[in-house]
Amino acid sequence: MHDKKLKILWLTAISCNGNAHSFLNHPNLEYFMDKFEFVYHPIIDSLYTLEDVIKKDLECDILIVDGAISPEFKKAGESIINILDKYAHKAKKIVTVGTCATFGGIFSQSGYAYTTGLHFDKENPTFLFKSLKDKTISISGCPIQPEILVDTLYAIKNELKIKLDKYLRPKEFFAYTVHNGCTRNEYFEYKVDNHIFGKKEGCMFYDHGCQAPYTNGSCNKILWNEVNSKTRAGVPCMGCTSPDFPKEGFFKTKKNMGIPQNLPIGVAKRAYLTLAGVTKAFKIKRLEEDLF
Amino acid sequence: MMLGDFILSSKKEQKKEQIMQGALSLFAIKGFYNTTIPDIAAALKMSVGNMYNYFKSKDFLAKEIIKYISAYLGNKIKKINEQDISTEQKTKKIIELYFETALSKPEMIDYFLRIYLSNREIFLDGCEGMICVNEFVTEIMIYFEEGVKCGDLRDQDFFSAFGLFMGYLGGMVFLKGENILPKELNEYTDDISYNIYKALSA
Repeated sequence: MHDKKLKILWLTAISCNGNAHSFLNHPNLEYFMDKFEFVYHPIIDSLYTLEDVIKKDLECDILIVDGAISPEFKKAGESIINILDKYAHKAKKIVTVGTCATFGGIFSQSGYAYTTGLHFDKENPTFLFKSLKDKTISISGCPIQPEILVDTLYAIKNELKIKLDKYLRPKEFFAYTVHNGCTRNEYFEYKVDNHIFGKKEGCMFYDHGCQAPYTNGSCNKILWNEVNSKTRAGVPCMGCTSPDFPKEGFFKTKKNMGIPQNLPIGVAKRAYLTLAGVTKAFKIKRLEEDLF
Repeated sequence: MMLGDFILSSKKEQKKEQIMQGALSLFAIKGFYNTTIPDIAAALKMSVGNMYNYFKSKDFLAKEIIKYISAYLGNKIKKINEQDISTEQKTKKIIELYFETALSKPEMIDYFLRIYLSNREIFLDGCEGMICVNEFVTEIMIYFEEGVKCGDLRDQDFFSAFGLFMGYLGGMVFLKGENILPKELNEYTDDISYNIYKALSA
């Protein structure tokens, strides 16, 4: 099995194709294509057409679901539910790519009735494809990080045991928070919140809506395009891997009487406020100054 | 920790608390600057040398006392915060608590208003910002935050709300201390609770 190319069917449901494009940014795509082949992919030359996918009964090892699903949504005249049903049972593994395919994402606000992810409607489990849960791996993100998808596909090919979180996401990538590895961590630790958009100094958690301390993901561990991340560049993490993405007010921290409504995962309010009170009492000159 | 050590350390804590209470009483009568460590030792029938086993200087004692008061009030407000009652009821209970403390332990509130807030130079090193009153301020923050979250209180800057709340209460206790108030503090509780809640409510 290891030497044989694994057949992937990339099925696009209610999607903007952002994940398909993000996938193309993988730095070693040509090596990837030595080991895998696309039975169908919406933007890469593949063995079959969408019409073939619907009319024929093609072989596939891995079914990739990209985009939210709804019983009302049709693909080339066929219900997405029926297409999924046909290939999901046939595939050895199913991978949901993106927050829409995993939790419903932004398309849960679309006009289609009952728009959800494959197994979750935001954080709540759905039942339609419950029997397929055991073979599903979720990769949330808007869009996904290409390295996470490719590494997961290699792990499937190599029959590695992949530990998953409660949303079926590989812990290897989602056990961390986006805060982990952020170059602004010192500003967070010492509560230096004087961030100005576009500047390298200051933490965005206090005023500018950064959701990194309570968002699971690897954006600051696996850098985008091997170069950068939102928070490193000076844009707040928008929590795009979370079940409730997208929330409102990306650039403003929701506060109640000056206290952030959402605190770092697992940190009790009293613990946070006590720590914040202590660190805020000290002025650390180095962190108040411009870096350059 | 061995049981013996635990008993010793808890005995030491009890003694420290006793010294802080004794010092608070003396500060209230003689004033902070006129009270010396030997005065406190004498009042507690301790040797001066032994006193220094517990507090190495008067400034250090001063800082420990403010932390002690903050923890005392903080723990009491925490119990109010944890109750399943409306923000309006919590407001009244916190005000009651503050006035009750001013009545039953006047030296505590007096220390806070007349020594801690008026002699910042003593507290510069070791009590930066609000570190030494953290437990008290944290509970006030939680009371505000939960009030806003459930829609009872209006969202605003923390300090504009904190100033209104504590400034009002501190002012009343100060007036009481100056013997200007014609009535007892607790007789103002209803009106003040109404005023504060009305001012802060959404």
